Amino acid sequence: MHELSLCQALLDQVEQIARQHGAQRVERILLRIGPLSGVEASLLRHAYPLAAAGTLAEEAELAIEPAPVRVCCNACGAETEATPNQLICGHCGSFQTRLISGNELLLANLELTIPERENDPRD
Amino acid sequence: MCETCGCNITPGNTHLVSGEGRHARTPDGHAAVDLLQGLLAENDHQAAHNREHLERWGVLALNLMSSPGAGKTSLLEATIDALGHEIGIAVIEGDLETENDAERIRAKGVPAVQIATGSACHLDAHLVHRALHRLDLQGIDLLFIENVGNLVCPASFDLGQHRNVALLSVPEGDDKPAKYPVMFRAADLVLCTKADLLPILPEFQPTRAERFLRALASAAPFEILSTRGDGNLEPWLKWLRAELDAQRRRLEPAHGTDLSNDHQDERNQGRVRQAL
Repeated sequence: MHELSLCQALLDQVEQIARQHGAQRVERILLRIGPLSGVEASLLRHAYPLAAAGTLAEEAELAIEPAPVRVCCNACGAETEATPNQLICGHCGSFQTRLISGNELLLANLELTIPERENDPRD
Repeated sequence: MCETCGCNITPGNTHLVSGEGRHARTPDGHAAVDLLQGLLAENDHQAAHNREHLERWGVLALNLMSSPGAGKTSLLEATIDALGHEIGIAVIEGDLETENDAERIRAKGVPAVQIATGSACHLDAHLVHRALHRLDLQGIDLLFIENVGNLVCPASFDLGQHRNVALLSVPEGDDKPAKYPVMFRAADLVLCTKADLLPILPEFQPTRAERFLRALASAAPFEILSTRGDGNLEPWLKWLRAELDAQRRRLEPAHGTDLSNDHQDERNQGRVRQAL
């Protein structure tokens, strides 16, 4: 049950980035999480409001994009779908595979409200 | 990539954060920032610092993970009995409460620091960093970090260790690698402990446990042992010696001397080199 401490780490990162960009508010946070990261998306969603209270991201939508489990076989070279506890090659059955997706724990994208500058020539 | 030291700001994206840059816009007018940075960046940064500190002292650090009661502390006691005379060992113990495990280790004459995590279910790199400040690494070759007994959370946190060792005790059942893939997939060595109970728990089949481990695409050695009687600790001790040798070889080219024995000399040499 480390999702709360993970949320706090997430918000530290988000607030830091928001401040670097001069943002007023964080509107949306997009995470990419694979099942082999050891983090449960639903628990993260439950923990989020507790950790976000009083931060720039208090009202932000937390979007979580699941990452599929995929392996690449060292023996036959095939790329196949797998499951968290069956990471063998779906083509030839070899266990000598590399995980190419499924353990992600990433902050992928942020949407921020940044106050417009007056007389900005680009606008 | 992290925010701590600013290493995620590159010549390619610095215009975005310099205050003059234009952000990509979403249809409803919000600024969009693409990041792709690890959520545990802060922990990973501290873990890298811990690893660097350990390597400066020539120490090999092993993260021991298992369920509560799988025999981590008993394994450490037996390991100290077997190797304590030839290898400098220290231990960091993680538990929710009590100094019990650290006291068991100290009774063997080995320095031990207890981290009481309160209600935290795992150790993280910051907790280990604080413990390292309480540990004199002079003369230490091998640091065991005994994680909180838990097959879930410890697997997600890098502590700065060099290798992960997972224990699976016979009473737990042989399908644990299938039930807790994140943990067992991270293991560089899996030890099947309490093998003395195999005769009375025939439903535990070591071959099946190993098959579940291989299904995780793990090539980690799977060793069966017990800390009681003639428990066949030799494969474990052999693995430890091999890892210690490998660590010495890894660190030698960078430092030129055997760090584990003579840090003072190494530091003096560093000063001389600097002066030159």
